[in-house]
Amino acid sequence: MKPKVAFFDFTSCEGCQLNKLNLENDLLDILKHIDIVEFREAMDDKADFYDIAFIEGSISSPTCVERIHDIRRRSNILVALGSCAVNGGVNAMKNLHPIDEVRETVYGDDKYLFATLPAMAVSSVVKVDYEVRGCPMTQQDFLKLLISLVLGKQPPKYGSPVCVECKLSENECLYNRGMVCLGPITRGGCDAICPSFGQFCTGCRGLLDDPNLDGMLELMTSHGISLDEAKKRMLLYNSNEVQL
Amino acid sequence: MSRDLNIKVHHLTRVEGHGNIVVNMKDGVLEKAHLSIVEPPRFFEAMMKGRSFHEAAIITSRICGICSLGHQLTSLVATEDALGLEISEQTRLLRKLLIHGATIQSNVLHAYFLAAPDFLGAGSVFPLIATHKDVVLRALRMKRVANDIGDIVSGRAVHPITPVPGGFTRIPEKAELLEIKRKLLEEALPDGLETVETMKALAGAIPQFERETEYISLKNSEEYAFYEGDIFSSDSGAISVQNYLDVTNEFVVDHSTSKHAKYNRNSYFVGALARWNNNNAQLGEEAHAAAEAMGLKPNCYNSYMNTIAQVVEAVHCILDSVRIIDKLLEDGLKNEKPNQNPTRYGRGIGSNEVPRGILFHDYTYDNKGNIVKANCVIPTGQNLANIDNDMQKLVPEIIDKSKAEITLSLEMLVRAYDPCISCSVHMLEVDFIE
Repeated sequence: MKPKVAFFDFTSCEGCQLNKLNLENDLLDILKHIDIVEFREAMDDKADFYDIAFIEGSISSPTCVERIHDIRRRSNILVALGSCAVNGGVNAMKNLHPIDEVRETVYGDDKYLFATLPAMAVSSVVKVDYEVRGCPMTQQDFLKLLISLVLGKQPPKYGSPVCVECKLSENECLYNRGMVCLGPITRGGCDAICPSFGQFCTGCRGLLDDPNLDGMLELMTSHGISLDEAKKRMLLYNSNEVQL
Repeated sequence: MSRDLNIKVHHLTRVEGHGNIVVNMKDGVLEKAHLSIVEPPRFFEAMMKGRSFHEAAIITSRICGICSLGHQLTSLVATEDALGLEISEQTRLLRKLLIHGATIQSNVLHAYFLAAPDFLGAGSVFPLIATHKDVVLRALRMKRVANDIGDIVSGRAVHPITPVPGGFTRIPEKAELLEIKRKLLEEALPDGLETVETMKALAGAIPQFERETEYISLKNSEEYAFYEGDIFSSDSGAISVQNYLDVTNEFVVDHSTSKHAKYNRNSYFVGALARWNNNNAQLGEEAHAAAEAMGLKPNCYNSYMNTIAQVVEAVHCILDSVRIIDKLLEDGLKNEKPNQNPTRYGRGIGSNEVPRGILFHDYTYDNKGNIVKANCVIPTGQNLANIDNDMQKLVPEIIDKSKAEITLSLEMLVRAYDPCISCSVHMLEVDFIE
């Protein structure tokens, strides 16, 4: 029997879900091997139980917490999809500022009108079995995980930094071109797509297991940016992970 | 007719983000008919504070995956305006090509995957694979070519990489542009014209409904405006983008976590239908032929026809993309570096037409090039008041129908606007009072 698969969106841009619909060449083949039973962005149907639940987005309100517990109870395997779900992603930048200040910036006098929580990784609230990193997640990374789960295999893990893939792509180091890049501390698996297109790594796949953060800051500041700016760059996708 | 009616569609499907439709009628008197927006807030304006101009577009692109290119380019225009960064003609053309790619992809996604299932009585596109496989394959092919434009010119279609303040980090190669042109002419154009035939056949399922309102879009003298121009209102004419706050007048309502907007009336329409109504004279023969075939006339006041206007635009964007590629190649591709040397600091405003309508980004920078203040006004937020007004006119007109039929008509109405709810709540949440 084909596994029952569902997609859910929490606080996010829904770009990871969109990236699945952008698998135009493979979509019909994928559908031969799975039953999509719930995917609000694309279909009306709903289901009671899921073999695999893909979760996009951060947990950032009391309603989100209730919803993710409910989905977890009804799911066999739960996968965090994309940066927002894996570690809070860009949403977590709001956690760096005092919550009162954040509310006031956006709501002014109405700042106490509503409930909000710090933007959290899905794994801060429920057990997460697998993750697909990136902002957005890459289609190939998603497909590799899906194929592994359908076949009952262990999906690939990425332990080396973006720099390794960047070298394999034969790119000139962006530091030589006057840019400041987070490749040395960022988990690979993206084929160094941003440096390959001439743009610095923003760290969207999160930190390596044992990153040398002090060394990273030293490298960045030795290339002409202030320590304050270097820290901000490092926090863009890692606000929940880096203590500076 | 005296009737009680209570409709609550929780988390409307086949739209981007979380919204509920709420209708209450008691003894034939309509007490409530509106779209509630219940998406959690994002706080982007707060996140942007203190961030460098190098990062602004990277962050705001994450407001929305579907609209990431639109946010990114509008952010870049605002930053360039604030910092006095001039851009080249090549940059301008490549950006226009990217907007066309994003518009084709988004309009095709909406017309085929989100709206068409309603016309065929299906709950999603997936059952249509069995019954209308050639149509689904055609939609996928069109989306693929459109995404190829994004993948090749900007590195990837969702959250583009290469567009940065002052230009591009990588210029596409001639061979890559020629391949896009070949696919546009050999695949996308015939598929686009077939799409017109398909939509013509389905157009009978589009409800007959009219409510004339104010239509707002960009307008410029050169072309059907997507990139650059003045704001244009069908009621009061042109107004400079610098004065956008006089147009958007955002206000809070108790049933939506996204603000509403109004200008000359109590609501206005943005998106493909507004662009069509304001600028259709600037479209070419093929787009006009497509519109005529599908029954879209100049000055159309049926909001459901927004989907049809999107298909007309897809045809236009396919042809205009070919024109832009020809122009780029005729001028000769230049390996330019982005111009990132600010000549001033202060406030800058950017505005573009993105698939769902006119978008504004407004940033103020300090003299280190870090953001002090940011404001983004989103197409879906601007449309919300107009959606509510449409619902309030529509419900009494179809009150003799069954509850299921009324609900479907309302769902189709909201979907016709192609709302993007993640975008609309990028900043605000208010208590939901029932």
